[in-house]
Amino acid sequence: MSNMVSIQGLSKAFGGLQAVNQCSFDIPAGGITGLIGPNGAGKTTLFSMVAGAFKPDSGKILLDGEDVTGLPTHKLFRKGLVRTFQIPHEFSRMTVRENLMVVPPGQSGENLISALLAPGRVRAQEQAVRQKVDDVLDFLQITHVANELAGNLSGGQKKLLELGRTMMTEARMALLDEPGAGVNRTLLGKLADAILRLNRERGYTFCIIEHDMDLIARLCQPVVVMAHGRVIAEGSMDDIRRNEEVREAYLGGHAARKLDEDAKS
Amino acid sequence: MSIDLSGLASYGVFLLTLAAIYGVVSLALNVQWGMTGLFNIGIAGFYAIGAYCAAIVTTPPSPSHLGGLGLPFGAGLMVAMAVSGLVAFFVGLLTLKLREDYLAIATIGISEIIRLVLKNEDWIGNGVRGIAGIARPLSANPLVYLAVVLLVLAATYFAVERARKSPWGRVLRALRENELGAQAAGKNIYRFRMEAFVLGSMIMGLGGALYAHFIGFVSPEAFEPVFATFLVWVMLIAGGSGNNKGAVLGAFVIWVVWSGTELLTNQLPADYVTQGSALRVLLIGVLLQVILLRRPEGLLPEERPHVGASPASSAEAEDEA
Repeated sequence: MSNMVSIQGLSKAFGGLQAVNQCSFDIPAGGITGLIGPNGAGKTTLFSMVAGAFKPDSGKILLDGEDVTGLPTHKLFRKGLVRTFQIPHEFSRMTVRENLMVVPPGQSGENLISALLAPGRVRAQEQAVRQKVDDVLDFLQITHVANELAGNLSGGQKKLLELGRTMMTEARMALLDEPGAGVNRTLLGKLADAILRLNRERGYTFCIIEHDMDLIARLCQPVVVMAHGRVIAEGSMDDIRRNEEVREAYLGGHAARKLDEDAKS
Repeated sequence: MSIDLSGLASYGVFLLTLAAIYGVVSLALNVQWGMTGLFNIGIAGFYAIGAYCAAIVTTPPSPSHLGGLGLPFGAGLMVAMAVSGLVAFFVGLLTLKLREDYLAIATIGISEIIRLVLKNEDWIGNGVRGIAGIARPLSANPLVYLAVVLLVLAATYFAVERARKSPWGRVLRALRENELGAQAAGKNIYRFRMEAFVLGSMIMGLGGALYAHFIGFVSPEAFEPVFATFLVWVMLIAGGSGNNKGAVLGAFVIWVVWSGTELLTNQLPADYVTQGSALRVLLIGVLLQVILLRRPEGLLPEERPHVGASPASSAEAEDEA
């Protein structure tokens, strides 16, 4: 299987804190890769670099073989790489429908000149975008809140909206940052189904940061474990469960000391 | 001719014309602040550029200032918008990638620089003596000019409202609501901010040009921040930030209050007139406070699509054209 994303020796420091340290792993195309690790392991920082929000201090990111290191978010988006946030970044004072209508790239009405001078063409395109939004709302089963302001949604519904945003474009690679956090059990099942369907039916490649091990076990293969900015294990969920270093990383202090010693030597 | 108008009617025409000019500027600020969240507190600078461009382009040649080129009214408006837009573009290049408070500091600085340059560099606009003899288009009749200004106001309103309702305006609202979210939705937020900033500043320049032709005279004094920046902010916030009708309504209401209080302070004994005008500024400040505390969304809140519509009606396409 080829790699959708290849992360090679990525590092990022904030002041004295080495958030991500020489990280390397691959995200196989067509798969759902899990990224786990204790809080502060550098998972979100890594995502932010892959998604173009931060520039790495060193290292390379390949998207489908192409070097995309340091490209801004909107350019990566055009190449089919999308991300969601751990804390939903919805447009609060816009409706759910509008939140999704914003997304499709290359809308002619986003050009001020055509917006002013070619309203007919813009209207036709809006109709198509609206249709697409209806499909996405239907897929995620949130049609009933289409006209609700996004700021009024529940935490779980906002997570679904985040996922919906990735569906409004022709994405190849979706990075989901804790899609299940704060989502109730019923909604979580729905969310997992949606991810699986997107993967199988539309060929989305996923990389998912998650603390819910049941969700990871259900969806992800392979699983990558990070601690203290580094990748400490990779493999199937069963391999990971048996891995001693992973157990220690999750237990905290002792493992951390050990890693620091390793780093010094 | 204005002779056959009674004093009150002629005052009314004067009041309405200036209110309409402020309406144009208030719409411009709504593009920047209301729709995009760009904190421009240097409106006076762009307004001044517009006014001086109109003066330089349309007055007959004169040794005391740049130009005049003796070109028609329309050419003056075009140049006013182009130059304001160009200046905005350069200010934007420097500031729009920074945090929003830098834009505020940069714009107020630049507007003061513009005013002081106009005051001290005599060759541009004859320094403090200003440029006189800026003619009105078509006729000297103030009613005709009121019609011209209302026409420009209407055209600006329709253009800005169309832009607001378009996907372009939707992206602006999205980035106003959540910058990271807009970025994750694949938008080049720098590009959209720049467009909104330049468009708004061009319309501010347009307003300045209309003002120059109305008063017939421009001097740096007219572009003190109190009149050209502060008052416009009060207008937009009172009218309803984000709502174009509100922006225009706010301009008319606040201008009537502002001018009305001038009538009152003029009745004061001569010794108190100066204090009275300071009191007017205070009054507007207090009014702003009251609005922000009591009705922060303004007279006409930003239009929101149907909220909480029933599932059955969600298919209706009435909320956004």
